Amino acid sequence: MRLNESVVISAPAEDIWDYLADPENYLRFMSGVTRWEVADDKPSGLGARYRMLIRVGAAEVGGLIEFVEWTEPRDMAWTSVTGVDQRGRWRIRELDDGRCRVELRFAYGVAGSGIPGWFAELVAAPTLGRHLRRTLHQLKRQVEHERLRAEAERRRAAREGATA
Amino acid sequence: MLLESPLMATSTLAEQARHNGSGDSEAAKERRDLPGGPLGSLLGRAAGAIGDAISSRLNAELDDRDPDYIRENLPLVWLLSSIWFRGSVRNLGNIPEDRPVLLVGNHSGGNITPDTLIFTLAFSTYFGVERRFFQLAHNLVLASPFGQILRKYGTVTASPENAEKALDSGAALLVYPGGDWEAHRSSLERNRVDFGGRKGFIRLALEQDVPIIPVVSVGGQETALFLSRGNWLARALGVDRLLRLKVMPISIAPPWGLNIGDFLGHVPLPAKITIEVLPPIDLREQFGPEPDVDEVYEEITEQMQETLDALAAERRFPVIG
Repeated sequence: MRLNESVVISAPAEDIWDYLADPENYLRFMSGVTRWEVADDKPSGLGARYRMLIRVGAAEVGGLIEFVEWTEPRDMAWTSVTGVDQRGRWRIRELDDGRCRVELRFAYGVAGSGIPGWFAELVAAPTLGRHLRRTLHQLKRQVEHERLRAEAERRRAAREGATA
Repeated sequence: MLLESPLMATSTLAEQARHNGSGDSEAAKERRDLPGGPLGSLLGRAAGAIGDAISSRLNAELDDRDPDYIRENLPLVWLLSSIWFRGSVRNLGNIPEDRPVLLVGNHSGGNITPDTLIFTLAFSTYFGVERRFFQLAHNLVLASPFGQILRKYGTVTASPENAEKALDSGAALLVYPGGDWEAHRSSLERNRVDFGGRKGFIRLALEQDVPIIPVVSVGGQETALFLSRGNWLARALGVDRLLRLKVMPISIAPPWGLNIGDFLGHVPLPAKITIEVLPPIDLREQFGPEPDVDEVYEEITEQMQETLDALAAERRFPVIG
């Protein structure tokens, strides 16, 4: 089963990328995620591994994931190493008005699980879809808020520089 | 009755047969000596046949656990746990990730125990099917038609040897000290932790020097109307001696209506099940270098009862939760 959601964020692609590249941010904006821990020496980038869990129904589902694509500032994608099969992708594309469309793709399933697996994917889809939408809205809020704060700080610094 | 303490089944028919090195076990002699004439003899032979069937199917090894099978069946178990039982497991993070642990739970639901189903799912998805996880069960459970499936999940016969082997291998081991005694308690006592005075799990934790992690569940005893353990019936029928069954439970459960023995299981009512994992208890750290088993037992059961009371207080209605 593959889910796909997107949102438009009023921020440059680099700002969004920097926010997504920092693993410490994930528990702040990823809806339903109960765990997102760096699993080896590399905290971020291509080949970085994380232990992640997301609550769906009666269980926290996830496992060890690895980032397998890292094209700055456009695409980052992960795939599962252990646990439930999953693939995810962040796609950041600049629009003509300076804003960016951010897309989150998430595919999941359990190979070899047959009809119950197919049915479970269908049953889990509404919950996961809600998580994805909430995740994107929280990402938008966080990135835009960070940007406004940074701009305000720049203006304040400029004013203080002018008065001095 | 699904899972129980390592000391519950140390004297089974099968083990007696193994000790004798032949099928002519103490239990077989016991069967021959049954009073009651032809009827007693018939009952004895029937019990003997059951005992032989059990002993022939009790060869569960730790290696029978099949992570691929568990993984491929996660969706089915997830569907049952999420839709039917609306299961929820809290604080799995209390279980250390890198050492063997003894998980000690209260047991509910008669012979169909949703707490085990939901906890196994939650454990497998939280830590991954790669983490070794075993459960101890009564012989009859492994001899049942479900036995072949359960051993793929890591269910092994409750014996001190299997418990030691599992913990030696670095695994997490789940035991239900109350076993059938607790799982068949009356629905009126649904929110009561009752290990029946079984303390073998404490000795096991001390011998293996592993922490005990209490696992408390609520809701399982609402999956049928449990009327009585029927221990008096078990004594009257002699199954307490022949099959080491201390209970002959009486309940009202679909699809049977009045259900005596629960040997074929039942369709559980869709009661909401909530499970909470408590912080690890390092016995020597908390109770000194030579802990008093009775004191530890009191402390652990009291702690579990307090948690169960709190979980029960969250529920507004039986079954609905």
